[in-house]
Amino acid sequence: MTATAEHTKDSPIAGDILTVAREQVLDRGVGLSEDQVLQVLRLGDDRLDDLLALAHDVRMKWCGPEVEVEGIVSVKTGGCPEDCHFCSQSGRFPTPVRSAWLDIPGLVKAARETADSGATEFCIVAAVRGPDARLLAQVRDGIKAIRESGNDIQIACSLGMLTQEQVDELVAMGVHRYNHNLETAKSHFPQVVTTHSWEERWDTLRMVREAGMEVCSGGIIGMGETDEQRAEFAVQLADLDPHEVPMNFLIPQPGTPYEKYEPIEGKDALRVVAAFRLALPRTMLRFAGGRELTLGDLGAEKGMLGGVNAIIVGNYLTNLGRPAQQDIDMLADLKMPIKALSDSL
Amino acid sequence: MTFCVHCGRPPADGDHTPCRGGRAALEPPRFCGECARRMVVQITPAGWSARCSRHGESTSAEALALTD
Repeated sequence: MTATAEHTKDSPIAGDILTVAREQVLDRGVGLSEDQVLQVLRLGDDRLDDLLALAHDVRMKWCGPEVEVEGIVSVKTGGCPEDCHFCSQSGRFPTPVRSAWLDIPGLVKAARETADSGATEFCIVAAVRGPDARLLAQVRDGIKAIRESGNDIQIACSLGMLTQEQVDELVAMGVHRYNHNLETAKSHFPQVVTTHSWEERWDTLRMVREAGMEVCSGGIIGMGETDEQRAEFAVQLADLDPHEVPMNFLIPQPGTPYEKYEPIEGKDALRVVAAFRLALPRTMLRFAGGRELTLGDLGAEKGMLGGVNAIIVGNYLTNLGRPAQQDIDMLADLKMPIKALSDSL
Repeated sequence: MTFCVHCGRPPADGDHTPCRGGRAALEPPRFCGECARRMVVQITPAGWSARCSRHGESTSAEALALTD
């Protein structure tokens, strides 16, 4: 898909944006342009329900009713040399998170917990700039042990920036999807991270795609970005055309530069979710960290009915989530089928 | 508990409002309640464990049993 071309040829400014989006996105499957996403982000609260309903229709038409459920685990926690200002795992900030290394039995147990929850996707994550030989060996041995335990869950990885050799190695291990979040709009990235660039992240994602792995890239909303930058980010993600976009909402972490930030309002979070759906009609949009704090139970349901079609269940990397069963029950209540492993393979 | 497991200070020392709010509910214990040492915490999809070098390991299963 050449999202940029499609985004620039259909950018009517005049007219009600939801009417325009209905024809452009719902009927024709063409994502909103940056200007159009900004109009959506500026809709009043009185239009929020209409916006969420449209985003849900778009998701149902272009993605279908199934929800992909995923669990994640940190194989290497803390002590990261990078300075991502939102992250409690950076070794540069005085956070209470201590370095930890998950052993192979721990990885096998985490994968089993994930599969038992009904999830089809298990992502192994490390807080690193990029993987070294020891980490890659741990991931390789972990995947082997997970398979030998009889668990055939799909395995994804998130290990920071990669070289071409490392990309090839992950493919050989059977990793089918790679997560590397762009985190925020290119224009805002230097305010969030100074130890590496947005372009370096993009380069890793390009290599991942070219090697045949599915690309997973999203970010965190609520890091001081403007509405304009949220619209910019949505369209930059559309240009990337990832298989999946995880959407996190900032949980201000003690000891980080963003410690004093307030979580964003639930209505703003829902507006962003729906706007991203209208920019990315065919992409898997996943609820990730921070939804419990920002949206609560009711807001999470609204998000599932407002464009989201994937979800991380259970705990996150350094924060706790609600029990996985609560989300599985929510999906049952919403009559949303969980994507089966047989559909993924 | 002699020390707050979220900030490591005594309960009577300073403002513990952030340790009781919604955000704290999403945090596993980070400090040992006995000695305030920072603990090594492992989080998995369904639980957590926290190990103090002096006072040993506590787990989410134990914490859940205490609240039942």
